[in-house]
Amino acid sequence: MISAWARADGRKGIRNVIAVAYLVECAHHVARKIVDKTDDPDVHLIGFPGCYPNSYADKVMKAIATHPNVGGLVILSLGCESFNREGLAAVVKASGRPVETLVIQENGGTAATIAAGMEAVARSKAIADAGARVAMAPSELVIGTICGGSDGTSGITANPAVGRAFDRFVAEGATCIFEETGELVGCENIIADRALTPELGAELVASIEKAERYYTILGFGSFAPGNAEGGLTTQEEKSMGAYSKSGSSPISGIVKPGDLPPSPGLYLLDVVPDGEPRFGFPNISDNAEIVELIACGAHINLFTTGRGSVVGSAISPVIKICANPETARKLAGDMDINAGRILEGNATIGAVGDEIYERTLAVAGGERSVSEELGHREFILTYKTFEPVGPACLPRSHAA
Amino acid sequence: MSAILLHPDDNILVVTAAVAPGDLVAIDGAPIAMRSRVEVGHKIARAALVAGDTVIKYGAPIGSITAPADRGEHVHLHNMKSDYIATHMRDTLERSTS
Repeated sequence: MISAWARADGRKGIRNVIAVAYLVECAHHVARKIVDKTDDPDVHLIGFPGCYPNSYADKVMKAIATHPNVGGLVILSLGCESFNREGLAAVVKASGRPVETLVIQENGGTAATIAAGMEAVARSKAIADAGARVAMAPSELVIGTICGGSDGTSGITANPAVGRAFDRFVAEGATCIFEETGELVGCENIIADRALTPELGAELVASIEKAERYYTILGFGSFAPGNAEGGLTTQEEKSMGAYSKSGSSPISGIVKPGDLPPSPGLYLLDVVPDGEPRFGFPNISDNAEIVELIACGAHINLFTTGRGSVVGSAISPVIKICANPETARKLAGDMDINAGRILEGNATIGAVGDEIYERTLAVAGGERSVSEELGHREFILTYKTFEPVGPACLPRSHAA
Repeated sequence: MSAILLHPDDNILVVTAAVAPGDLVAIDGAPIAMRSRVEVGHKIARAALVAGDTVIKYGAPIGSITAPADRGEHVHLHNMKSDYIATHMRDTLERSTS
């Protein structure tokens, strides 16, 4: 059993983070200074840079601020931006967490607000640290997966090994989420058969076709030059490798950023916006997807990399699984698990899958992942537009 | 020096450690001399491929051949393309604006 933090909504957290959230870029410096000067591994900077309102950003921010790994929130507003700070504060207050709002224009400016913010963080932390602990079973975990800096080794070592770990977690009744429909382009003909219902299968195909259309209009696939340098030639080749992270369990549903999976099982997170392309690329970098996985409740994210990504995340720990044995040697200090051993004949996919499973439980139990230990706390949230998922996307919730 | 076949239907193999020109790599049991350096994770042709052939990896189509590749030859951007969205490199923007 994991010793977790009890939350009023019944969910359980594996960390007890005080989040410091700026609601416009103009408040970013003050928020960052508060976090830097507090210098506590469990005080994290999050934020949204835009001055215009966006319902997706509002939904994701509320989901993050009430995530079970969060114990309290300090809001940093410049004062004139559009983000609804009262609405955010009300949701966090209703969740039973401490929340304080500092408006820079009403607090005497930069220096005074930094000082006041540090005091607010200390007060919130004292309340959060006194919160109740509760036992948590592995089946209560929500686990996300993402790949970044993929290469020709990703799809044959780290990704299928994560798939094995996912299969174990799903079999035990946990909730697992894979994502990035732009990296399923080319898999549409094989993914539908894994859906719980034919209607969900059709929705899976439709979500991938939406991604293909969106990326085609923008002129670039979800594919970076480093992917090609690492041996991947095409989008569909990268997709086949990325898809193997999902393992072989049946797919229970599709969620969108900020939706909580309604029951245990394996879910696809559809991260490509709905409607005509607006606001640019669906995922401007890997952390945008990690933030969306966290907004769907992920306690931990399993991050596979071949070229060698070094990022972590605010709020939920990232576990790094290195696919490429050469990268594993070059960036040894950044990786939790070396799946490149599979390529050198020193481990099987199943053995590395078991290692990922055990590491996930250890990190859930409080052990710091490598990226946490290194201080990686990346966070990025920008503009998007989504429609709610249709009933066929969540067949269990809509069964007659 | 080795390359692995991921699926019996595949017409490419994946190199498991970097190979240099002249290195012998076994393809379906027969040693084939490499003509160029091929890095780990990259693909080589299992059999001769011609323009228009579908490249199969993991038993699934991953693109089409655009220029002939002999058995054992590196299969990558120079002789293969996506059947979905074109692949971009760091100099793509400069090439399209010049």
